[in-house]
Amino acid sequence: MLRLIQLELQKLWLNRASKVLIIISFILPFTVLILSSIKINFFGFFTLELGELGIFNFPIIWHITTFFAAQFKFFFAIVVVSMIGNEYSNKTLKQNLIDGLSKKEFILSKFYTIVFFSLCATILIGLATYFIGLYYSSYTEASIVFREVEFLLAYFVKLVGFFSLCLFLGMLVKRSAFALGFLFLLFITESIIYGLMKWKLSDAIADGINNFMPLQSMWNLINQPIQRIAMTKFPEKTDMMYDYAVHWYEIAIVLGWTAIFVFLSYRLLKKREL
Amino acid sequence: MDILKSINLEPILTINNLTKKFGYLTAVKNLSFTINKGNVYGILGPNGSGKSTTLGIVLNVVNKTQGDFHWFDGNITTHNALKRVGAIIERPNFYPYMSAEQNLKLVCRIKGVDYNKIDEKLDVVGLLDRKTHKFKTYSLGMKQRLAIASALLNDPEILILDEPTNGLDPQGIHQIRQIIKDIAANGTTILLASHLLDEVEKVCSHVVVLRKGEKLYSGRVDEMINSHGFFELKTEQHQELISILESHPNIEKVKEEGELITAFLNQSMSASAFNKLMFEKGILLSHLVKRKESLEEQFLQLTDHQEN
Repeated sequence: MLRLIQLELQKLWLNRASKVLIIISFILPFTVLILSSIKINFFGFFTLELGELGIFNFPIIWHITTFFAAQFKFFFAIVVVSMIGNEYSNKTLKQNLIDGLSKKEFILSKFYTIVFFSLCATILIGLATYFIGLYYSSYTEASIVFREVEFLLAYFVKLVGFFSLCLFLGMLVKRSAFALGFLFLLFITESIIYGLMKWKLSDAIADGINNFMPLQSMWNLINQPIQRIAMTKFPEKTDMMYDYAVHWYEIAIVLGWTAIFVFLSYRLLKKREL
Repeated sequence: MDILKSINLEPILTINNLTKKFGYLTAVKNLSFTINKGNVYGILGPNGSGKSTTLGIVLNVVNKTQGDFHWFDGNITTHNALKRVGAIIERPNFYPYMSAEQNLKLVCRIKGVDYNKIDEKLDVVGLLDRKTHKFKTYSLGMKQRLAIASALLNDPEILILDEPTNGLDPQGIHQIRQIIKDIAANGTTILLASHLLDEVEKVCSHVVVLRKGEKLYSGRVDEMINSHGFFELKTEQHQELISILESHPNIEKVKEEGELITAFLNQSMSASAFNKLMFEKGILLSHLVKRKESLEEQFLQLTDHQEN
């Protein structure tokens, strides 16, 4: 396993484009996080300090940081599709197999790298959230600090699931740009199907089925936190209540998709003539 | 004889009734042959005869339709067997943004070979002083030499080369051939696919001839055609010579090309015996050469025969 990760990391790290993208995908969420946590003084007219809004309080901070950090996953998604696309365009996939890598090992080396990257991202966001929280939060008792730490797990699963989808699309169309196009197409298709179901079936059934769609299920892991922040400001408006928690079945659905994508990638490679 | 063979010969690659279909096209048809240790094999055939497809199947990149093959004694998975094989197919494929050294490190990681082999093999192909340069800056000849260095990293038990001199300039071709000869001299088994007959003739002891995916011949190069050779003759008594040749029991066939007469033998006969015979018949030859078919002529004869 270590051998397969080393193999893939060498391929990625020596490629300038993917190196830059990896660095960006690690640094950008942090910059935003740190920028938002400092006082911004608008030329002496007024100061904006997001920390004052209470969004950096435990436990809600876990929800907020993981939600916003997840929006930057697109940078590493480019890396994932291009690491497949490059292997096809350079014909190095063929050479790897001839040199004695099995098709299974090839897919696993990509998948392990995805897991490795997601793990690093999760640990970093976890640490950053912890320290920013300690600095701003009004509550620092362990029971409150770690209350919603499951958002970290959701973040990790969400990244692994999303990048596995990118891996599969990369294997399917072989070209990075088309793979990203397909991703967008999938997003639109899901919306259209959801719309059709709402029109023809009942809302409940439409929502039920929609929660099993690949992109929607990943979104469900970490719901948007804006409404929740608003709720904390206006606790009397009970009609704003929604279910933002991380549920085990949401994680199970995404893990299911992950397994399906990795398996399909392997099947594709196995059947394909190179 | 067969018992002796099975004791002494160590098989490296065994192919049984291998068939590959691309849709309606049958690229390889019921192909069987065995590669034994220590010999230099050639796979000969015109373009599109199924050479690369056959190699692609045994190298794990093309899926077979029917039949089977196994490496070594058959108790090893194909991808593990390939770690003991060195192969270069068609074009050299490396990561363009990595240097030669970094590319070879990657191959070492895949094959499970120590990094200290890298400099040694780069030296063999004469690329040691360019090892830190990026692959994309290399000329085609250098790329092909790097591919050979890469294939040699694991000191392979068999080296597979598919058209290794394709597209190279004469100097590049010469360098590659010299490297192949040196490797063959070390006792490494080689399997060389080519449509260039002189290439195969120069280095191979055994040959498999393919045409349209079917095997026409497999065996030693020098036994490929059961031939006793032929005479090339010239004389001023043209018609008389032809009539004598046509009635002679040792002569199978006579061909005329302007002044030159070619007489094919159906049993062995020395040039001096033939000359004596002609002299006794009163024919004075101005030109007499006894020759054997070159591989090229044998190959054309073999493929022609099958066509009819």
